[in-house]
Amino acid sequence: MSDTFFSAAPHWTWFIIPYFFIGGLAGGAYFLAALLDWFGQPAHRPIIRTGYRVAAVGAILSGLFLTIDLGRPLRFWHMLFQSENLPAIMFKSWSPISFGAWAILLFGLCSVLSALGVMSEDGRLNNRTLRAVGGAMQGRGIAKFVAGIGGLCGFFVAGYTGVLLSVTNRPIWADSPWLGALFLVSGASTGAATLILLAPGRGATEQALRWLTSFDRNALVVELLVLALFLVSLGAINRVWLSFWGLLLLVGVVGAGILAPLRLHAQPARAARLVLLGGFLLRVATILASEGIERYHMVAGT
Amino acid sequence: MSEAMGFFTDTTICIGCKACEVACKNWNQLPAENGGVKKMSGNSYDNTERLDGIHWRHVKFIEQFDGPYNGRWLMMSDVCKHCVQAGCLEVCPTGAIIRTQFDTVVIQSDVCNGCRACIAACPFGVIDVNPVAGTAQKCTLCYDRLEVGLEPACSKACPTDSIQFGTITELRARAQKRVEQLKAQGETRAQLYGDDPNGPLGGLNSFYLLVDKPEVYGLPAKPQLPSRNLAKSGTFSAASAAVLGLLALVGLRKQRMDERGGSPPPSAN
Repeated sequence: MSDTFFSAAPHWTWFIIPYFFIGGLAGGAYFLAALLDWFGQPAHRPIIRTGYRVAAVGAILSGLFLTIDLGRPLRFWHMLFQSENLPAIMFKSWSPISFGAWAILLFGLCSVLSALGVMSEDGRLNNRTLRAVGGAMQGRGIAKFVAGIGGLCGFFVAGYTGVLLSVTNRPIWADSPWLGALFLVSGASTGAATLILLAPGRGATEQALRWLTSFDRNALVVELLVLALFLVSLGAINRVWLSFWGLLLLVGVVGAGILAPLRLHAQPARAARLVLLGGFLLRVATILASEGIERYHMVAGT
Repeated sequence: MSEAMGFFTDTTICIGCKACEVACKNWNQLPAENGGVKKMSGNSYDNTERLDGIHWRHVKFIEQFDGPYNGRWLMMSDVCKHCVQAGCLEVCPTGAIIRTQFDTVVIQSDVCNGCRACIAACPFGVIDVNPVAGTAQKCTLCYDRLEVGLEPACSKACPTDSIQFGTITELRARAQKRVEQLKAQGETRAQLYGDDPNGPLGGLNSFYLLVDKPEVYGLPAKPQLPSRNLAKSGTFSAASAAVLGLLALVGLRKQRMDERGGSPPPSAN
C-alpha cells in the first residue's frame, strides 16, 4: 500500500475544480493568442482578440473561485504579503501554491492589459482611464512584451495546478509526477477549443481557424500520451480507478474528451465542445477520486 | 532556541481512557462535534474517529482477535508528530505555520487563511479545518503552556504515563530502554517509530513505541515530504509546454508554406 493512503483529504472540491478548469483554459487561450501575436499573420488577429478576452475573464474568475474557496476569504492577501510584517512579500519558491498565487496575479495583470489593448483596438472602451491604458497597449513593443510574459504565465497557470496536486501526500496526486504535464496539455487543448468556438464570432476566417483546429488535434494526441504515462506511473495505485471515477476517466475523458474529437475532423465546433467537456471531467475525475479516499479505511480491520 | 521538546508515546501501556482527548479539548477550548450529541462510530471504542481541526488528540482502538479467547487490543493516543522536516510547514503559502523555539510546529490561526494546502501535505492526516475558526488547526504541543514552563495538558492528564513529555534527547534514551525491557520480556515486535534523526522527515518530535507494523496503527511506513515530486513534476510540465510550443510554431510555419505554395504567381494577378 502506498504511504499516501494515510493522509487526509483537503476538501478541494466545487470551487477548486472549476478553478483548475477555467485557469487551465484561460492560460492555454492566452498562450495561443500570445504566440499568434508574436509569430502570426494579420488574418489571426480575430483569434488573438478572442484569446486575450477569454484569458482576462478566466483570470478574474480564477481569482474569485480561489478566494471564495478559502476558509477565511478576506485573508486572501496573506498569500502575497506577510500579514504580520507588511509590506514584506510572502513567497516560497518551493511551494507551488505560493508560487501559483503570484503567477495568477501576474497572469491576471497581463491578460487584463492585453484585453484592454484589443478592446481599444475594437473601439469598445468608454472609460477614459481604461481607454488610455488600452491605447498604451496598442504600441507593438509593449503589447508584445506583455504578451510574452503573459504567455509564459498562462502556461504556468495551466500546469502548476497539477504540480500543486503532486506536491502533496495524497493518493493518486502524489503518486505520479505527470499531473502537471497532463493539466498543462489539457489547458492548451481546452484553450484552443474555446477559441475555435468563440473566434468565428469575432471575424476569424476558416483559414485562420485551420491552424487552431490542427493545433487542438495535436494537443489531444499529446494529452492522450501524457494520460497514458500518468496511468503507467501510478502502478498498483491504479486500483483506485475501479470506481465511478475510473469509468468517468475512461468514458468521459478518454472517450468523449479525446478520442471522439479526434474523429470529428469535419465538425470542429462539435469536437471543441467535447474537448471542453473532457477537460472539465479530467479535473473532476482526478480530484474527486483522491478526495474520496478517506484515511483509516485501509487500516480498519487489520 | 531552547532544547527540542516532544512526546514519547508508549502504546503498550495505553489503557484507552481518553483522558488525553478530554484534557486537550478542555485546555484548547475545542468545540464539540455533532452539537455535543453522543454518536457511535461503530469502530470499537473509538468515537472521535480521526485527528482534525477539533480533535487534536485521538485514541485509536485496534482489535486483533483470532476467535473470542485469542487476541489483543492495541491502543494508541495519536497526535501531530511535530516532524523535524515538516511537510505542512514546507507548503504553507501564508507563513502561518512556524517552527517554535521548542522545535515544535505550530499553526498561527490569525495568519492562516484556510487554503488547506497543509492538510494534503501532511503524510499522517493530522491537520484539518476547524469549522468555527475557518482555519487549519492541529496540536500545538501546548505552546502556550510550554512558554510558561508547564507540561502539555494531554501528558499531564495521562494516568499511565503512556504519553511522556520531555526533551527529545532524554525521551529517546528512555524509549530505547523500554524497547530493550519489552524484548527481554519476550515482546520481540517492540519497535520505535520516528525516533531516528537520520530516518524519514529527520525524525519526529512526537514518536512512538509500537508492537506491530506502523501500518496497523494507521501510520505510514516511510513518510515523505511533499516536495519530493516538485523537480520531476515541474520538469515534465516544462517539457510538455515546450512540445506544445514547438507544435504550434511548426503548424504556423506549415500553414505559411502551404499558403505560399498554393498562391497564384504575381503575373496571374
